[in-house]
Amino acid sequence: MIMRDRSAATFLYFLVAGFATVAMLFPLYSMVMTSILTQAQLYRLPPYLLPPQLDLSAYAVALSDQLRPITTSAIIGLMTVVFSLAIAIPAAYGLAQFRLWITGVVMLALLITQMIPTIMLATPLYLMFNRAGLTDTYLGLVIATSTSGIPFAVVLLRAFLEKVPKELREAALIDGASEFAVLWRIIIPISRPAIITAGLFVFLFSWADFVYALTLTPTGKIVPLTIGIYKYIGTYSVQWNLIMSASVLASIPAALLLILAQRYVTAGLTVGAVKG
Amino acid sequence: MSRSEGLSTRSLETRSAAPLRASGFRWPREWTPYLFIAPLVVYLPAVFAYPLFYNALISFQNFTIRSVVTGAADFVGLDNFRAILSNPVTWLALRNTAIFAASSLFLQYVIGLALALLFTRAFPLKGFMRGIMLLPWLLPSVATVTVWLWLFDGTNGLINYFLLQLHVIAMPVSWLNSPASALVAIIIVNVWVGIPFNLVILYSGIQAIPKELYEAAEIDGARAFQRFRFVTLPLLKPVNAVLLLLGLIYTLKQFDIIYILTKGGPGNATQVLSTWSYGLSFRDMRFGQGAAVGNIMLLISLTAAIWYAFFTRREPGP
Repeated sequence: MIMRDRSAATFLYFLVAGFATVAMLFPLYSMVMTSILTQAQLYRLPPYLLPPQLDLSAYAVALSDQLRPITTSAIIGLMTVVFSLAIAIPAAYGLAQFRLWITGVVMLALLITQMIPTIMLATPLYLMFNRAGLTDTYLGLVIATSTSGIPFAVVLLRAFLEKVPKELREAALIDGASEFAVLWRIIIPISRPAIITAGLFVFLFSWADFVYALTLTPTGKIVPLTIGIYKYIGTYSVQWNLIMSASVLASIPAALLLILAQRYVTAGLTVGAVKG
Repeated sequence: MSRSEGLSTRSLETRSAAPLRASGFRWPREWTPYLFIAPLVVYLPAVFAYPLFYNALISFQNFTIRSVVTGAADFVGLDNFRAILSNPVTWLALRNTAIFAASSLFLQYVIGLALALLFTRAFPLKGFMRGIMLLPWLLPSVATVTVWLWLFDGTNGLINYFLLQLHVIAMPVSWLNSPASALVAIIIVNVWVGIPFNLVILYSGIQAIPKELYEAAEIDGARAFQRFRFVTLPLLKPVNAVLLLLGLIYTLKQFDIIYILTKGGPGNATQVLSTWSYGLSFRDMRFGQGAAVGNIMLLISLTAAIWYAFFTRREPGP
């Protein structure tokens, strides 16, 4: 009797959770489905709930239209990862493994940076970059999008490095290694999973950035993917299959990350809240 | 002497001049960690403190298009603040921000908590479902908000289709074109994006509650609801505080959803502080006033943070 109750309850939980998952993911399903409709099928009434065919022609158009924005965003993303990790790894190591008078101040500053509304930073950055010739440049967007990546990476890596025993460093020093060799040869190799997680998130932050892309590329000389899609809405406000194909393409890196490293994603999501 | 000291001293000697060596200067070992954090310590003021200072500065200036080129602008005292505070749109934006934030935080929390409680039970595909539910949070906002733009479409959108089929509405609603429904629409999308975050944080918060407490409550005869009311809820208090603070900061920051769906329209009906600040600066080229609105936003965030710090200090820690 109890057994039957329990399995009935399990089934009920499964049903409710399944319904919630479907409801939450319906917009994403709709995104994918719309992307494989033809132009005429978009405006049929009643609308399609299941795709009538697998038509990838919208992808061909969207991909050729957005190839340059995709490349631009990928380059900016990769440059941001390199720039952010170059600053964040040594900083996180210094803050985690040494007793420094400045640690508290820096951690508080990192916390405060996450409270600054993006648009509020974008305005002065635009004015500063404009006079420094950094608007419409890769470098400008790298610096701007690193403002969300670097504080996050430092907090995440420091949380990881705090768990690394201090004896490891001391032993290496006794063996004659320099402080920099300890960082380069010992700390970085053992922190690989945390560094990869931080790097992936930094890439995604940069890849998904809209505010800086909107404000810091006034002439449109370089077009990041988010702006490419945003302009697409204006140009092709009737060709939703094209717009949705571009959105699916933009979503691929984040979706891949979730499939390949769900554990790290959840860890990354909670680090800001619990540790930060 | 260890090799590391030799290396540090050598690298310093190449940079600093001979007198140091003459006086027998040695790079003190305890300075090295400061080299590790030096880039960050330079970076933070350069990209955060200075822009914030600059923002504060121009909010007291008549910063025009000409100033964008020259960088020079006249000080006008509190004129920008006077201008924005006497502009009814600012008050509308403040009101919208309050409605947007309060409804988003409440709905995200309630739905997130319900899901978190559900996911503490055992059932098939649990981990998979919890994993893919993160997608709305993880995907680029431009991609996901764009699909909502299509879902909210007046004639061909699926939201109207479902609501008509279920007889919730008798006529198609032009969601993004009428003031009241546009505000509802941006709240729906923001809640949808925020649920995964609330779910993950609340789920890990519930997991952290010691199992013995539930067992003890059960022995004392507490029913499921009583266990939730007297064990789960009180012990989630620190988690709730974090969620409330981060949710508020995040909602205040939110720009993409509103800008892509409505641009603050129709007729400022969904204008919030972030879109209003952007519009003043980049559309009207009144950078001083845009900066002034930005400063008000920062003030709200900081007040919330200070309140949070005060609250968590008084309460015993988690």
